[in-house]
Amino acid sequence: MSSANSYKNTAAIKASLKKRYARERRFQWYGRIAVMTGFVFLFILLADIVGKGLPAFTQQYIKVTLDLDADRLGVAPDASEAELLRADYLGVIRSSLRDMFPEVTDRKEKRQLYRLISIGAEYDLRDAVVDDPGLIGQKFDKWLLAHAEAASYLKGQVSRDLPEGDRKLKNTQMDWLDSLRDRDRTEGRFNTLFFTEGDSREPELAGIKAALYGSFFTLLVTFLLAFPVGVFAAVYLEEFAPRNRLTDLIEININNLAAVPSIVFGLLGLAVFINFFELPRSAPLVGGVVLSLMTLPTIIITSRAAIQAVPPSIREAALGVGASKLQTVFHHVLPVSMPGILTGSIIGMAQALGESAPLLMIGMVAFIMDVPGGVTDPATVLPVQVFLWADSPERGFTEKTSGAIMVLMGFLIVMNALAIYLRRRFELK
Amino acid sequence: MKKRFAGVVAIAAAMGGISTVQAQVRDTVSIVGSSTVYPFATVVAERFGRSSSFRTPKIESTGSGGGLKLFCKGVGAQTPDITNASRRIKKSEYDDCQANGVTDIVEVLVGFDGIAVANSKQAPRLELSRKDLYMALAKDVPGVNGQLVPNPNKTWKDVNASLPDTRIEVLGPPPTSGTRDAFAELALGGGAQANPDLKTLHGLGADQADEIKALMTSLAIPHGVYDALAEKKGNAPKGKDLFKAVAYAVREDGAYIEAGENDNLIVQKLEANPNAVGIFGFSFLEENGDKVQGSIVDGIAPSFDSIASGDYPVSRPLYFYIKAAHVGKIPGIQEYAVEFTSNKAMGEDGYLPERGLIPLGDDDRKQVQDDVATLKRLEM
Repeated sequence: MSSANSYKNTAAIKASLKKRYARERRFQWYGRIAVMTGFVFLFILLADIVGKGLPAFTQQYIKVTLDLDADRLGVAPDASEAELLRADYLGVIRSSLRDMFPEVTDRKEKRQLYRLISIGAEYDLRDAVVDDPGLIGQKFDKWLLAHAEAASYLKGQVSRDLPEGDRKLKNTQMDWLDSLRDRDRTEGRFNTLFFTEGDSREPELAGIKAALYGSFFTLLVTFLLAFPVGVFAAVYLEEFAPRNRLTDLIEININNLAAVPSIVFGLLGLAVFINFFELPRSAPLVGGVVLSLMTLPTIIITSRAAIQAVPPSIREAALGVGASKLQTVFHHVLPVSMPGILTGSIIGMAQALGESAPLLMIGMVAFIMDVPGGVTDPATVLPVQVFLWADSPERGFTEKTSGAIMVLMGFLIVMNALAIYLRRRFELK
Repeated sequence: MKKRFAGVVAIAAAMGGISTVQAQVRDTVSIVGSSTVYPFATVVAERFGRSSSFRTPKIESTGSGGGLKLFCKGVGAQTPDITNASRRIKKSEYDDCQANGVTDIVEVLVGFDGIAVANSKQAPRLELSRKDLYMALAKDVPGVNGQLVPNPNKTWKDVNASLPDTRIEVLGPPPTSGTRDAFAELALGGGAQANPDLKTLHGLGADQADEIKALMTSLAIPHGVYDALAEKKGNAPKGKDLFKAVAYAVREDGAYIEAGENDNLIVQKLEANPNAVGIFGFSFLEENGDKVQGSIVDGIAPSFDSIASGDYPVSRPLYFYIKAAHVGKIPGIQEYAVEFTSNKAMGEDGYLPERGLIPLGDDDRKQVQDDVATLKRLEM
C-alpha cells in the first residue's frame, strides 16, 4: 500500500519535475531572446551609422591645370601680402576650368561647371600663393577640393537613373565628372579637413575640430568643478557627517537630483549664470558649470559607494596606530577607494560629453566656425554639432552627421574602457 | 599641505577668471533668431569670416519670437547684436525694445521664402486651394448653416470632392515656429476669407462693436472670446483680431501633427508615408526634389520664379534687425550686414539664391543696401 503510494508520488513528482525543467528552459529562452533582440537593435543602429558615416572620411579632389597668370590674378609676384590676399583667385579657378572644357560657353552651363569645385578651393589657393608668391606666373596642376554634390556623384551616391529635374547635379555636370575621371583627374583621399576644420555650411568643408575643442573645454570646467566638490562632499557625508534628519534629507535630495531631467539644469544655468551673474552666452565656462551640476550627484553617489566599500579594518588599523581621522581618510580610505571614485567620475563625464539638451538653453547650440581658444570663447560641443548637421538642408551633411556620431561614440567607448581598466587594475591589489 | 595650497590657488584663479569675464568686451558678433533665416545667415557668416579679418559671427537658431525677445532685452555685450526674423517685428515687440533702451533698430529685408505643402513622390501631386487648406486644418470651420463647428473633415475628399479619398494627415511645425505663424496667416487666413461672414468680420473696425457681436452670433463664436481679447488688448478689439483668433487656430484632433522644427525629419516621414502631407520651407523642397513634390496651391506650383514674382500665395518676407547702438562697439556688425546685402550674396546670381533664398528685385535691393550703409532707423 505504502509502496504504491510512494510510487504514485514519485510519478507525480517526475511529471511535475518535467514541467519545472521545461519552465526553466523556457525562461532561459526568454532571456536569450531578450539579449538577442538588444543585440540586433544595437547591430542595426551601428550598421546604419557606420554605413552612412564611412563616406564622410573620404574627400574627393579634382585635378585642375591652373594658369596663375599675373594679369588674371590682378597682382604682380612682388605684391605685398595684403594685395596677395585680395587677388582674384576665384577668377583664376573659373577661367582654368573653362580652359579645360572649352566647349562650355553658355552662361548657365558655365555656372554649373563652376559648381563642381568647392568654395574652399579659392581660400586654399590663396593660402598657397601667400606662402609662396613665386607661384604667380606659373602654370601647374593642382588638386582642388570638389563640391559636395560633385563628390557624392564621384562616390557613387547619386544615380543617373533619377529624372534630371529631381537631382541637384545635372546630366552635363555628370558628363564632365565622368570625363575628368576618365582622364584620372579625380581622386578620393582621407578626409583630414574633417578633423582640422570647424563647422561650415559647405558639407565638404565642415569639420569637427571646433566642436572637439568646445567639448574639451566644457569637460575641463566640468571636471575641475564636479570632481573635487563631489569627492569632498562624499568624504564628508560618509566619514564625518553625523547621522541625523538633516543628513538624511541631504541624501534623499542628492538621489533625487540624479534623476532630474538635464534640461532643468540648462534652465537653471540660464537664470543664474547668464541672467544673474552675466556670464557670456555660448561659452564653455557656463556649459561646464551647468554640466558639473548635472554630474555632481552621479559622482557623489558613486564616490560614497566606493568609500563605503573600504573595509572598516583599514580605518580601525589606522586609528589604532594613532592617526587622526583626517589622516585616516586621506592616507588610507581615499587611496583605496580611488579606483571606484574614478570609475564613477569617468562615467559621469562620459554622460556629460553626450549631453546636448541643457546646452540649448545657454546658447551653445549655435553656428560657430572658429575654433575656441579658451573657456570664454563661443563654442559648441560634439553632440550639438551632430544635432546641427542633422538639421541642415544640404544632403552632404547626412554622412557628416553619422561621421561625427562615430567620433563621439569612439570617445565614449574610450572613456568607458578606461573606467573598466582602472577598476580591474586596482581591484587586483 | 602644498597640494592643498595649489587647490586653493586654482579655485581663487577660477573665481578671478569669472569676474574678469564680465568686464570683457565681446569680439564676435552675436546673432539669434529665426530658424528659417538661419541657413542663409550661416552661409553669409561663413563667407564673411573666411574673407575678412573679423571673427566669424556666432549664430543661434532660436525662432523669430525667441530671437526678438533676447534682442529687445537691452543694450550691452550680454545681448545679441542682430536678430533674424521670418516675419516683420510686431508693434508690441518694438515697444518692448524701446522700453528696454533698444531705441535704434535697423530693419533689413533680405528676401522671401515660400512655404511648401508637399507629399511623397509615390503619391499623386495634390492640387489644393487655400480654402481647402483652411477647411482641412482649421480648428473650427463654417458648417452647413454658416455657424462655426469643430472641424468634421476626416479625409481630403470631405474637404473637396476632387481630392483623393485619403485621411487628412499633415506634418507641420509647432506654434513656436515662424513658419507656422506665416502658414496660419497666409494659408489658413487666406482660405478663411473665402467665407463671406469671416471676410466681413476681417474688415470691421474696433468702433463697430455691435456689428462684430452680431456676426459672432451668426458664426456661433462664444462672446467670451471678445471679452478675453478686449482684456488682453486693454481696449476694444478689431474684427481682424477676432478673425485671427478664429481662423488661425489649427485643429488639435490629430489631423495636424506637430513634427518639431526639424524639416529633414518631416521629409523622411513623408517618404515613409505616401498619404501624409508636410509643411516646410521651400529650401527643403528644393534640396529633396527626388523624394517629395510641392503641391499646387491656388493653381500655382511652388518654384523659384513663382515665389519671386509673388504669384505663389504662401510666401513671406525674411528680415534681420540690427541693434544700432552696438555698431562700432562690437567689431564687424555693419560689415556683416553689408556682406549679407551685397549683390554677391543677395543678388539674383548670388550665393544665397543658390541655397533657396528668393531674392529681392533690383530696386528693392538697392534700397536695402542704402539703408544698411546709412543704418536707417526703424520707426513704428
